[in-house]
Amino acid sequence: MSNDIPMTRRTEQHESITDATYTQSAPQAPVFSHAERKAKHAVWRGRIGLTVYLILLLMPIYWLINMSFKTNTEILSGLSFFPQNFTLENYAKIFGDATWYMGYVNSMIYVSMNMVISLLVALPAAYAFSRYRFVGDKHMFFWLLSNRMAPPAVFLLPFFQLYSSVGLFDTHIAVALAHCLFNVPLAVWILEGFMSGVPREIDETAYIDGYSFPKFFVKIFIPLIRSGIGVTAFFCFMFSWVELLLARTLTSVDAKPIGAIMTRTVSASGMDWGLLAAAGVLTIIPGILVVYFVRNHVAKGFALGRV
Amino acid sequence: MTKVENNKAWWLVMPVFLIVAFSAIIPLMTVVNYSVQDIFDPYTRYFVGTEWFKQVMTDSRLHDALIRQFIFSFTILAIEIPLGIGVALMMPTKGRGASLALILVAIPLLIPWNVVGTIWQIFGRADIGLFGAMMAKLGINYNYASEPMHAWLTVVLMDVWHWTPLVALLCYSGLRAIPEVYYQAARIDKASRWAVFRYIQLPKLTNVLIIGVLLRFMDSFMIYTEPFVLTGGGPGTSTTFLSQSLVQQAIGQFDLGPAAAFSLVYFLIILLVCWVFYTTIMNMQKDK
Repeated sequence: MSNDIPMTRRTEQHESITDATYTQSAPQAPVFSHAERKAKHAVWRGRIGLTVYLILLLMPIYWLINMSFKTNTEILSGLSFFPQNFTLENYAKIFGDATWYMGYVNSMIYVSMNMVISLLVALPAAYAFSRYRFVGDKHMFFWLLSNRMAPPAVFLLPFFQLYSSVGLFDTHIAVALAHCLFNVPLAVWILEGFMSGVPREIDETAYIDGYSFPKFFVKIFIPLIRSGIGVTAFFCFMFSWVELLLARTLTSVDAKPIGAIMTRTVSASGMDWGLLAAAGVLTIIPGILVVYFVRNHVAKGFALGRV
Repeated sequence: MTKVENNKAWWLVMPVFLIVAFSAIIPLMTVVNYSVQDIFDPYTRYFVGTEWFKQVMTDSRLHDALIRQFIFSFTILAIEIPLGIGVALMMPTKGRGASLALILVAIPLLIPWNVVGTIWQIFGRADIGLFGAMMAKLGINYNYASEPMHAWLTVVLMDVWHWTPLVALLCYSGLRAIPEVYYQAARIDKASRWAVFRYIQLPKLTNVLIIGVLLRFMDSFMIYTEPFVLTGGGPGTSTTFLSQSLVQQAIGQFDLGPAAAFSLVYFLIILLVCWVFYTTIMNMQKDK
């Protein structure tokens, strides 16, 4: 009780919200039950476990970042947790050479194209799957999903020949279209999950109010599944950005992705480890930016809208 | 939700059908075409029927790659699923910490696969990498480029590092969907931590776990870039998985016929497993 009195007096002095909550919780502190203490222990164990996991998770990335600020002589001369002779030379090399930084531009271009195409075609299809029954709908859905499961290695050579024969080889759109193979089915799947969460009555009310289908879809429905669209775009970005096998096969010079350019660090005189590390670090940054923007919706998105 | 019968919905699905058909059906037909022909050059080719399929079925290199593939897929599933659940249970549920943990955990998923290979190529080397150096300190002559066991360890470790976050985030989203009342009821019943997990959290996680197992199985079955960068399939063929032996055959040796037959068999295996999972998911949703 002795603990209680000064607290109440303090709230009287300044009636701020923080102090009020403080007085409410403070008197409870000494009377923790056994179960509550146990729960608190569990929370702490969880935090420690998570911290350990995150440290292990980030260590390889830290090592890469660390290395990107070192010179090659320093990298090969021994291990150290911090660069002894801090240098930006590796990054300067990348930003000073068009054949290097164009790799990032190329990757960005085909990833954005893929995101736009995937969303444009997947939105109406997902609506159809979530609202209507039609001949062959289940088979169609399964066929779409089976493409998500198709190993890119299987399609490597046919893709090369197909895009060469239609004159799209070494263009950004070729890679964007090829990535549609796995991104469109995924987009349909995620969007279908989000759309099924929107009650049918909304559609019906809109039609009664005289909305045409396109107008309803753009004006009412799309704003309702905004977060779903954000999450879908995130996933399209993710899978297109990380894929290299198809992107490398379908390009040679003009649309070459950064992943393929990175192999240039291997030369007769050995590996240019510092440059390789710097190029690697730069490929991680876009991903972090994108996940930052969707962080509040990404949890639901990871369950593909199905929780 | 009851759905309305309407065949006009096909018009909405049409764009998706066309775009995926362009990228899927035409190339698949090319593969089928190759698989039954012997091709010398673009103008000389012979129909050989099922010969390539017979050859693929009896090719011991492919059998070995298939066995390695299954061992690899099951190993990483056995590690990643429990670990992912564990991480999801430890992640904070609200506030700034939750967002931060979410972003940090998601990072490995957004790294291009060849860079993942590069990261571990560096990290596992005894001369310039932390992990390799630590193993060396422990008195193990760690070298993933010459010791098959070390190569396996590194590849598995890399995959666990790379993909456990996916399982963790899936489970995290599953856990977020459990209403607070369930936990309150458990507290009133004085349920133990284990009982809460076993009877409240795990049943609610089934759905997302199926998606997780499905995605992880499929993706690990197609793994190519990471081991290619890390070990190049070596030492010898000890970490050569299906995709890589396929690419070696198709592009390295230019054996189009056998490679195409192999592709089809490979695709059918994946399709079969995919169908089993898909049917299971659909039946479970029906039960609810």
